[in-house]
Amino acid sequence: MTAVLEIRGVTKAYGERAVLRGIDLEVDEHAAVALIGASGSGKSTLLRCIDLLEEIDDGDVLLDGKVVTDPSVDPVAVRRRLGMVFQAFNLFPHLSALQNVALAPVRGHGVARGEAEERARELLARFGLEGREDEHPERLSGGQQQRVAIARALATRPRALLLDEVTSALDPELVGEVLETIRELKSEGMTMLIATHEMGFAREVADQVCFLHDGLILERGEPERIFTAPERTETQRFLRRLLEAGRL
Amino acid sequence: MVTAVVTSEGWPNVRDTFFSPDDFADAFPDVLDGFWLDVKLFLIVEVAVLALGLVIALARLSRNPALFPLRLLAALFVDVLRGVPTILVVYLIGFGVPALMLSGLPTDPVVLGGIALTLAYSAYVGEVYRAGIESVHPGQRAAALASGLTEGQALRHVVLPQAIRRVAPPLLNDFISLQKDVALVSILGPLEAFRVAQIEAASNFIYTPLVAAALLYLCVTVPLARLLDRWERSRRR
Repeated sequence: MTAVLEIRGVTKAYGERAVLRGIDLEVDEHAAVALIGASGSGKSTLLRCIDLLEEIDDGDVLLDGKVVTDPSVDPVAVRRRLGMVFQAFNLFPHLSALQNVALAPVRGHGVARGEAEERARELLARFGLEGREDEHPERLSGGQQQRVAIARALATRPRALLLDEVTSALDPELVGEVLETIRELKSEGMTMLIATHEMGFAREVADQVCFLHDGLILERGEPERIFTAPERTETQRFLRRLLEAGRL
Repeated sequence: MVTAVVTSEGWPNVRDTFFSPDDFADAFPDVLDGFWLDVKLFLIVEVAVLALGLVIALARLSRNPALFPLRLLAALFVDVLRGVPTILVVYLIGFGVPALMLSGLPTDPVVLGGIALTLAYSAYVGEVYRAGIESVHPGQRAAALASGLTEGQALRHVVLPQAIRRVAPPLLNDFISLQKDVALVSILGPLEAFRVAQIEAASNFIYTPLVAAALLYLCVTVPLARLLDRWERSRRR
């Protein structure tokens, strides 16, 4: 079976600063892979490179076995098959929750407006946002906004979901509702690549955990092993620091 | 201050030449006739400015390396047209273009004046648009692209609506400024309000027609300004 996502030797530098220094990674269908590591370790950049929001310097990204990081591939067609959720939600402030979800299907994918809005309503209802469809983002709590953003990412029926620290900008009491949403998606078999600082959540939901350090995946494995018996000193140090900060 | 003016030595003279009700009544219909030309020209030029200004802003903001000459041209356009007094732009185009005697180019002074104003104001409005577009967080474009929109769709449906909302007050401010500057076309000869008033003033040695023209401009610019205030207030709420 080919993996849904396959990353081969991907490198990326901003000027002199190497952010990704040769990443290899596979995400199988229905699997959830968690990316952990300190801020600046390259987690967000990796996700942005996979969604072709950043150009990679070297290596390949494959979606369903086909290289998508080739200049001949239309990036729009690739992004339509991936969903991305951002740390800062990035909802469109001038549109209602419903319009946020229905915009891409209507404008980008040519879905009829009625059909797209019906599906948007379904998605919003599923994430507990029934009755809030016509609210603009500023009138919603952070947790609600992030759930709208997840609905938006799912509106185009993506093959895989890229989650970029989706709870980092939330007040602590709102983290739970967003994690619950992702837990549900996992139970429905959504393929996901999750950059996260929520170690408890990564341990519970992920099939595999990858520890990023300085642009490299230093260690990977089942969550139980990574969190209880990390092999690399960098991983041990990272987890110990989280423990000391009360975040583990 | 009012007392100082009305008790001044020259006031009776000023009153008779600037504020004569009879002269006002005589001149008003002609000045009003001329004013319609101002209004028409203003409306057409405004639409053209909004379109050309956007084109210039987008040209300056293009990222594609192949479009470098276009970026340079747009920057040059803005520098030159913003740097030259509007009255000179009107002069140069209004008298320069017909002097070329090329067939196919417009010779009507109203059209030429309109083109000159469009070019001058597009430089300003283009910069206003650019500031607006740059003020939209890059995450908005990223989210739009990530959801499967093309660059053009992201611009049209996500970035521009937010950008234009943000710069609407300075845009409207430029509207008001343009509504007044339409009078500059008078130097090319068309009989718009200022020109009509000037002719009447010069032939009868009175200035009341100019006051009539000023009042007509105020009739448009003041309501525009109030509208802008009200709209900004409602937006802040």
